[in-house]
Amino acid sequence: MALANRDTQTKHRDTRMGTPGQHKNTRPPIASLALLTLTFIGMMTSIFMIFLYVPTDAIEGIPQRIFYFHVPIAWIGMLAFGVLAVASIGYLWKKDERWDWLARASAEVGTIFITLALITGSIWGRTTWGTWWTWDARLTTTLILWFIYIGYMMLRGYMGRTPASARSGAVLAIVGVIDVPIIYESVNWWRTLHPQAEVGTPGALPPEVVLTLMISLVTFTLLYSFLMVQIYQLQKMQALAQQLHADIE
Amino acid sequence: MRNFAHLSTNNGEMYSRGTLSGGQVYPCGRPDTRPASSPFFLEAKGLKKSFGLKPVLRSIDLTLSGGERVALLGANGAGKTTLLRILVGLTKPGAGSACIDGLDIVRDAQQVRHLVGFVAHQPYLYDELTALENLYFFGKMYTVKNIQERASLLLDKVGLEKSARERVAVLSRGQVQRLSLARALLHSPHHLLLDEPDTGLDQKGRDLVEALLEEHTARGGTILFTTHQLERALQMSDSIIMLNKGRIVFQKKRADLELDKLQKTYQEVT
Amino acid sequence: MIFLEQVIAILWKDVRYELRSKQMWTGMGLFALLVLVIFNFTFDLRVDNVAAIAPGALWVAFVFASLLGLGRTIAAEREIGSMDRLLLCPVDRKAIYLAKLLGNMLFIGVVEIVALPIFAALFNVPLFVGALLPIVLLSTLGIAAVGTLFSAMAAATRARELLLPILVFPLIVPIVIGAVRATGTLLAPAVNEPPWLGLIAAFDVIFLTVSMLTFEYVIEE
Repeated sequence: MALANRDTQTKHRDTRMGTPGQHKNTRPPIASLALLTLTFIGMMTSIFMIFLYVPTDAIEGIPQRIFYFHVPIAWIGMLAFGVLAVASIGYLWKKDERWDWLARASAEVGTIFITLALITGSIWGRTTWGTWWTWDARLTTTLILWFIYIGYMMLRGYMGRTPASARSGAVLAIVGVIDVPIIYESVNWWRTLHPQAEVGTPGALPPEVVLTLMISLVTFTLLYSFLMVQIYQLQKMQALAQQLHADIE
Repeated sequence: MRNFAHLSTNNGEMYSRGTLSGGQVYPCGRPDTRPASSPFFLEAKGLKKSFGLKPVLRSIDLTLSGGERVALLGANGAGKTTLLRILVGLTKPGAGSACIDGLDIVRDAQQVRHLVGFVAHQPYLYDELTALENLYFFGKMYTVKNIQERASLLLDKVGLEKSARERVAVLSRGQVQRLSLARALLHSPHHLLLDEPDTGLDQKGRDLVEALLEEHTARGGTILFTTHQLERALQMSDSIIMLNKGRIVFQKKRADLELDKLQKTYQEVT
Repeated sequence: MIFLEQVIAILWKDVRYELRSKQMWTGMGLFALLVLVIFNFTFDLRVDNVAAIAPGALWVAFVFASLLGLGRTIAAEREIGSMDRLLLCPVDRKAIYLAKLLGNMLFIGVVEIVALPIFAALFNVPLFVGALLPIVLLSTLGIAAVGTLFSAMAAATRARELLLPILVFPLIVPIVIGAVRATGTLLAPAVNEPPWLGLIAAFDVIFLTVSMLTFEYVIEE
C-alpha cells in the first residue's frame, strides 16, 4: 500500500532532467505514518474503553455503547463540512487550486462519515425506541446535510475537473454551510409542535462516559486527518495526471 | 514514490497559484510606458490557456497600437477564437496577462469591456427581438449615451435601416453579421476584435463593413481579426500573425513580407 | 441608478422573449394543478382533516412547479447562445442575477395566482385571507433566490433537470417548513406558533445577499 507522502509535491530543486530509470531516494511518508500509528493506537484504546471500561448504561443497556461511535462520527461529519466551507472560501479568494483539493478531499471523507452517522443514529434509534427513524432536529439536519454532501459530489462529478466545477462547488458549499444552522433551527421549531423521541443522552454524564467519549472523539479526529492527507495527495496526483496528459498532446 | 517532476513542463510547479496552470503573472505597464503616438494600446504577454486536458494557447505575445490592423491566420483549433475570447474578457487566461489601454484584462475586466468590441462566430443577438430592440438593449448594457441616435446611425451605416423593426430571426445571415458589427461598434470601442468578419457577406456587405472599419482605424482604433483566407488577410491588414497549435509561428508586418515564404508557412500550417 | 436600469432592461428583455416564445407558462400551470388534484385523491379530505393537509398540498404543488420554471431564464440563455451575450457587456453580474431572480419570481408568481383560487375551490378552504399574500411572496422569493443561483450552476451540466432539485430541495427546507406552517396557522389559528414569517424573511435576506455575491463565480468562465 502506498501511503501518501510529501514527495508528490515537487520543488524546483528536486527536478531531475533526463534520468529515467533512476529515482531519487524517497522520503518516508512521515505525516501519514504518524497519523496512522496514532489512529491505530487511538482505535485500540477506544474499543477497549467502549466495550470494557465504560459501565453499561442503566436505561438502555449494551446497545447504548453505539453512542460512543455515533457522536464522534457525526461530529466529524460536521467538521468535514466546515473544512469544506473554509476551503471553498479559500479557493474563491486565493484562486489557488490546492484549496480545491482540500475541499474535494473533505467532501469525500465527510460524505462517508455522515452516511455512517446516519446509519449508527438509525441503529441506535431502533434499539432505543424500536423505530429506524425519527424526525428529531439532529437526525433530520444530519439527513439534509447528507443530501447536500451528495449534491456536492454529484455536481463536481458532472462538471468534471475544471475551474468552473471548483467555483460552483465552492458556492454550493458556502450556501450550504450558512443554511445548515437555519435548517436546524427551523426543524427545531417544527418539532416543538410534534414532540418526538430525541436522539441523545439526557442529563449529566458520569466521568467515565465523558472520558471515553473524549478519547473516541480524538481517535476519530485522527482518523479524519489521516484520511484527509491521503485523499488530498490523491487529488494532487489526479491534477498532475491531468496536466501531464495535456502536456503530452 | 517516483518523482515525476522532470516530466512536467510547467516549471515543476504542480499547483496553480492565481491562475489555473501556474506560471507568471505580468503586471500591466504604467500608462506612460506606452508609445506616446498611440493612445489605444493592446498588449498580451505569455497568454496560456488549457481546456481541461487540452492546451489551446501555449504562450502568446502580442501588441497592437492605434490604427493598426492585424490579421490572425491559422487552422481550426489553432487557438484563434480562444485568444480573442480572452482579450474580450469572456474567458480568463490560464497564465500570462494582457493589458488594454493600460488596464489589466482580469483585474479591471469590467472597465476593459467598455473598450473592446467583439464580433464572434455567433452573432450574440437576441433572435426574438428586433434589430432596433437589440441595439437599444446592448446600448443599455454598455451605458451608451443618446442610444436612439447612435442605433439609427449605425443601422444606416451597416445598411439595415429598412430592417430596423424586423426580428433578428427573420434576417439573412449577412444581415445578422452586419447587425452584429453594429452591436460591436455601439459603444465606440477602442479595439475591435472580429472572428471571421466576412462570413455570410456579399460584396456589398463587405464594402459596407470595410467602410466602417476604415472609420474605426481613422479614429485611432485597432483591429484584430481572424480569417481563413490568405488573400483577404493581405488586403485588409497591416501585419499578419500565424497561429499553429497554440503558438505564434509567423509574425510580420506587411511591408516586410516575402510572399512566397508566407505562402509556404501558410501551407504548412493549414 | 444605472444598476437598476440594467436590471429592468434585462428583465424586460427576458419577459418579452418569454411572451414571444410562449413556452413555460402553460406547462407550469397545468403541472401545479395536476399535483393539487392528485393530492385530493391521495389524502382523505373529510372536512375536519382539510386544514392539516391543504397547506402541505399547496406548497408541494408550488415547490415542484417552481423547480420546473426555475431552469427557464438561465437555461434558455445557455441553450440558445450562452450567457456570453450578456457576459460580454460591462453589466454588473449582480444586476444579471437580480434580473433573472425577478423574472423567475414573475413566472412562478403567475402560476401561483392561477393555482390559488383553484386550490381554494378544490379543498374548500377560505382563501383570500390577507396574510396569505406576504407568505406566498416571501416564500417564493426565498425559493427563487436559491433556485436562480443553482439553476445557473446546473445549467452547465448534462443532467440539469436531475441536478437542480437535488441541489435546491435540501437548502429550501426552512422555507417549506415555514410556508406550510404559516399557511396552516392562517387556516386554523394556533397558539404559541413560532414566528414563521420572520424566519422566511430572515432566510430571504441572507440568501438573497449570498446568492447575489456568489453569482458571478458561477456564470463566468
